[in-house]
Amino acid sequence: MFDKILIANRGEIACRVIKSARKMGIKTVAVYSDADRDAMHVEMADEAVHIGPAPAAQSYLVADKIIAACKQTGAQAVHPGYGFLSERASFCEALEKEGITFIGPKPKAIKAMGDKIESKKFANTAKVSTVPGYLGEIRDADHAVEIAGEIGYPVMIKASAGGGGKGMRIAWNEAETREGFQSSQNEAKSSFGDDRIFIEKFVVDPRHIEIQVLGDAHGNVIYLGERECSIQRRNQKVVEEAPSPFLDEDTRRAMGEQSVALAKAVDYQSAGTVEFIVDKNKNFYFLEMNTRLQVEHPVTELVTGVDLVEQMIRVAAGEPLTISQDDVTLNGWAVESRLYAEDPYRNFLPSIGRLTRYRPPEEGQDGDVIVRNDTGVTEGSEISMFYDPMIAKLCTWAPTRIEAIDAMSVALDEFVVDGIEHNIPFLAALMQHPRWREGRLSTGFIAEEYPNGFAPRQPEADEQRVIAAVALAVELLRRDRLDRHLGRMAPHSGAMKPDWVVRIGDDYIDVSITEGMIGSPIEVDLAVGDGKPMTVTSDWRPGDPVWKGEVGGKPVAAQVRPVLNGSRIAWNGKAVTAKVMLPKIAALAKLMPVKLPPDTSKMLLCPMPGLVVSVSVEEGQEVKAGETLAVVEAMKMENVLRAERDLTVSKINAKAGDSLAVDAVIMEFA
Amino acid sequence: MKDVLVELERRRATARAGGGEDRIAAQHKRGKLTARERIEIFLDEGSFEEFDMFVEHRSTDFGMEKTKYAGDGVVTGWGTINGRTVFLFAKDFTVFGGSLSEAHAEKVIKVQEMALRNRAPIIGLYDAGGARIQEGVAALGGYAEIFQRNVLASGVIPQISVIMGPCAGGDVYSPAMTDFIFMVRDTSYMFVTGPDVVKTVTNETVTAEQLGGASVHTTKSSIADGAYDNDVEALLQMRRFIDLLPQSNTSPVPEIETFQPVDEIDLSLDRLIPDNANKPYDIKELILKTIDEGDFFEIQESFAKNIVTGFGRVEGRTVGFVANQPMVLAGVLDSDASRKAARFVRFCDCFNIPLVTFVDVPGFLPGTAQEYGGLIKHGAKLLFAYAEATVPKITVITRKAYGGAYDVMASKHLRGDMNYAWPTAQIAVMGAKGAVEIIYRKDIGDADKIAAHTKGYEDRFLSPFVAAERGYIDEVIMPHSTRKRIARALRMLRNKDLTNPWKKHDNIPL
Repeated sequence: MFDKILIANRGEIACRVIKSARKMGIKTVAVYSDADRDAMHVEMADEAVHIGPAPAAQSYLVADKIIAACKQTGAQAVHPGYGFLSERASFCEALEKEGITFIGPKPKAIKAMGDKIESKKFANTAKVSTVPGYLGEIRDADHAVEIAGEIGYPVMIKASAGGGGKGMRIAWNEAETREGFQSSQNEAKSSFGDDRIFIEKFVVDPRHIEIQVLGDAHGNVIYLGERECSIQRRNQKVVEEAPSPFLDEDTRRAMGEQSVALAKAVDYQSAGTVEFIVDKNKNFYFLEMNTRLQVEHPVTELVTGVDLVEQMIRVAAGEPLTISQDDVTLNGWAVESRLYAEDPYRNFLPSIGRLTRYRPPEEGQDGDVIVRNDTGVTEGSEISMFYDPMIAKLCTWAPTRIEAIDAMSVALDEFVVDGIEHNIPFLAALMQHPRWREGRLSTGFIAEEYPNGFAPRQPEADEQRVIAAVALAVELLRRDRLDRHLGRMAPHSGAMKPDWVVRIGDDYIDVSITEGMIGSPIEVDLAVGDGKPMTVTSDWRPGDPVWKGEVGGKPVAAQVRPVLNGSRIAWNGKAVTAKVMLPKIAALAKLMPVKLPPDTSKMLLCPMPGLVVSVSVEEGQEVKAGETLAVVEAMKMENVLRAERDLTVSKINAKAGDSLAVDAVIMEFA
Repeated sequence: MKDVLVELERRRATARAGGGEDRIAAQHKRGKLTARERIEIFLDEGSFEEFDMFVEHRSTDFGMEKTKYAGDGVVTGWGTINGRTVFLFAKDFTVFGGSLSEAHAEKVIKVQEMALRNRAPIIGLYDAGGARIQEGVAALGGYAEIFQRNVLASGVIPQISVIMGPCAGGDVYSPAMTDFIFMVRDTSYMFVTGPDVVKTVTNETVTAEQLGGASVHTTKSSIADGAYDNDVEALLQMRRFIDLLPQSNTSPVPEIETFQPVDEIDLSLDRLIPDNANKPYDIKELILKTIDEGDFFEIQESFAKNIVTGFGRVEGRTVGFVANQPMVLAGVLDSDASRKAARFVRFCDCFNIPLVTFVDVPGFLPGTAQEYGGLIKHGAKLLFAYAEATVPKITVITRKAYGGAYDVMASKHLRGDMNYAWPTAQIAVMGAKGAVEIIYRKDIGDADKIAAHTKGYEDRFLSPFVAAERGYIDEVIMPHSTRKRIARALRMLRNKDLTNPWKKHDNIPL
């Protein structure tokens, strides 16, 4: 076994690998760029080596620097994580040349599976079910039409070297095939410098299901069940689970055995993932093989109990697998939510900045539920624009799927992240989505269910009752201590009253205390609206960010942030401002004028906090759509703000050198 | 019931009706509440004791004797906020537009005197049309009597003004002499002379909102210390504010129970200061993580944002915070920031509220605009205020403390009680570049030499240790234990006893 390994990665996956290595008694070396000087993976590792400036192309992607770091520290092996150098055969070869072990498959396997056409050929040879298609190179548009006719419409036209949706077209008829071929080829040439194109059958409403395989250097290969990753947004996986709610035992075995056959065909010696698409009738087709540790591997670990990173290290060290296929059982259900630093309300625009608050839910087992959070950040970490915006992978395990989903729902409710925008509200809403809960999935799920993006939704009536009860329970504790204010007159008339009104949006909800004492822990019976009294219990105390307790016998974890004269309460993917008032004050509050937020359609707002580099227009100037209005610098990146339509500038509120907050009005239009 | 009792009820009902249903409806239509409704929100339920309900004006000119309303346009009295006494007067816009008559002034004067005698805060709710012209010079006299009492009460009891409608002419000077002014957005404005007079005299055309709305006074003039969206929000926030303030200059600082322990460390603060010395960070994060529950009542949030002032609690007791804000103008001290902070420091010193100062200041803002505007004297105000303050003073230097601005920001030399620095502190006469170009002027042409000198300067002087070696810094502390260290220092300083030499009053550079 190795004494010391280097992790050629950053963020959560570097931390994840360090954990397993540490458990095995192996020393770890981290590498870091300028932007990651204080990063968590650097702190966790036994040693750390600086490898250059922030851009990955100058640091994490430079094989020579990684190799130099290995030599400097005496690391005997390199775990590449995912992304960066993980699927670069030349990197493995370079390591081999230096006598350093690559913790992953052999270069031959990486090469074989790295090319879409090559990998298909291997799959065919290994008798793996592939999408009907033509694997040869396509000469021209006529040839494309001829092949499409043979396969049957609809067809998918793809760039051989493609990825990320680039150079990909769907065609439903001859004309679209001609057109698609041409544009795919152009895109492929400009994006990848490789204009080879292939055509295959387009599977309608497919699910994305993948098989985890594990091979060693002694010819053993097993499969560790599947993961379903159908919840994707623009080809980016958002939620994954294991097992799949769709597969039966026979299909699972068939997919698993074919995956093992493929792995064996390329002499696969590590953890790898064979991706399939599965149609309505449980026909499955090979998509590609990922020759690395997959982001969503934790769900497999949770249902199989196998530490995949440990296995990868052992295999790389030449040990034979100690698990046989018969040892693999799928136990319970695991769900993973990927937390991204993206603003779900602004079309998932990346959000950068400092994590002023970062309090994940408590990890570990509690009753029948396991919570696991793989993360690479900590409170105070900076989310930079240089790398992937994923900040954590939150996983829950429970005996059944619905319990795992409910556990995820609670875990998301408890997850406190401030300082940046993030997709927790979206994930929390997903967990309540009936179609997801029923497991009726396809890769089009998000596009179909959220065609106009994600917008905040008002709580349902029963949700509002819970929020009103929480709001009052919070407010009572905040006020109770003021009744013991130093210097007060006692007894005084400001003491606790039984009847209150909670304002949520435009709704005024009567809430009365029917029973109980105010104190921490609190236990009171509250009658909300016309409803029967519900018992509310919690040991929340002022200042706690998460209110955990029970409302009417049901567990509730809600985030509570103080706002002007009230609380911002986030629960179940809904976030509302709740203001608790005495009934007389509520009656007067109703008389207050409704103030509409200012119309921002005639304004240029600063999209992120930043520094004004230049203002390119003058007051009174007419501007054509697309022309530059101003340049704002944030995180050393210049963002050019352009006119969205033809307009006339009426007022300019900012000048070069001003530092602006998000949504500050830079200029106004006539 | 005896007839006299019935008569009392009738008179009370009449007085409570103010200017009558139509005027009350009109008031509501403008988005405003009546004086009595405002009092109902502001005070603890059922705690209001009214004075002078039946006072009427005594004017006989211009047929005024025919129109009289009980109360004469102002409601006065006392009540409690969470059980603590406050005195108040609320202008009643439904009666003579809230205008000030001799009798009206006498009511205000009475409540001012009671507040001062009984050592409790006084709050004025303004919604009035100025002097009652029909009364002429009697109204002017009334104003001056009110001003005089404002001045006598200044520094003895907290005085707060909330502008909830028009406030013009003679009415503006009483709020101006109180400790804090708050406004309601869109429904309140404040000016000495209104748009009509402005038009006549200067030919400027402005609206009341443009001349003296909440936005103007919170961002440009700094007359107002804060603004709220409507009457209810404003009054509920005034309750929160009163909860933070001592009753008088001889009362203890208020204390409430707190649940957040002070000995928990906050590791995120170790990452607050960016690697790059020129990169800003938000000093409010440090304030919010130092105080209990992140509950911060900011004063003048929208004005001179390069310095942050406001109240929070540590271990349940009120503390005043002053902090340079690196996010705005790199936290530089200019005239506006100096004036804003000086006034805040003096308020805290008046009322025995300990001061915590967070320092990250690159110096004073250079330029003709600042110098012509009197930066020397404005900067001196802050220096003066810190130097004369005898309340507990705790200072934490987080990053830059350069030049004269270092001295000003509650330095050890100005009787700072506990002066801490983070390891990231740079206490020096100026930044490396400037210093090296002066000290090594002859090497300016030689980039290598300058770089070496700069490195040498940075290593030697851009740290807290040169100052710590001299005892200017009591201790260099870990950022993550800032809350704990401040809380402990505040405990230690609870019985601080320091008095300035006797004087009639000082002569701060106004």
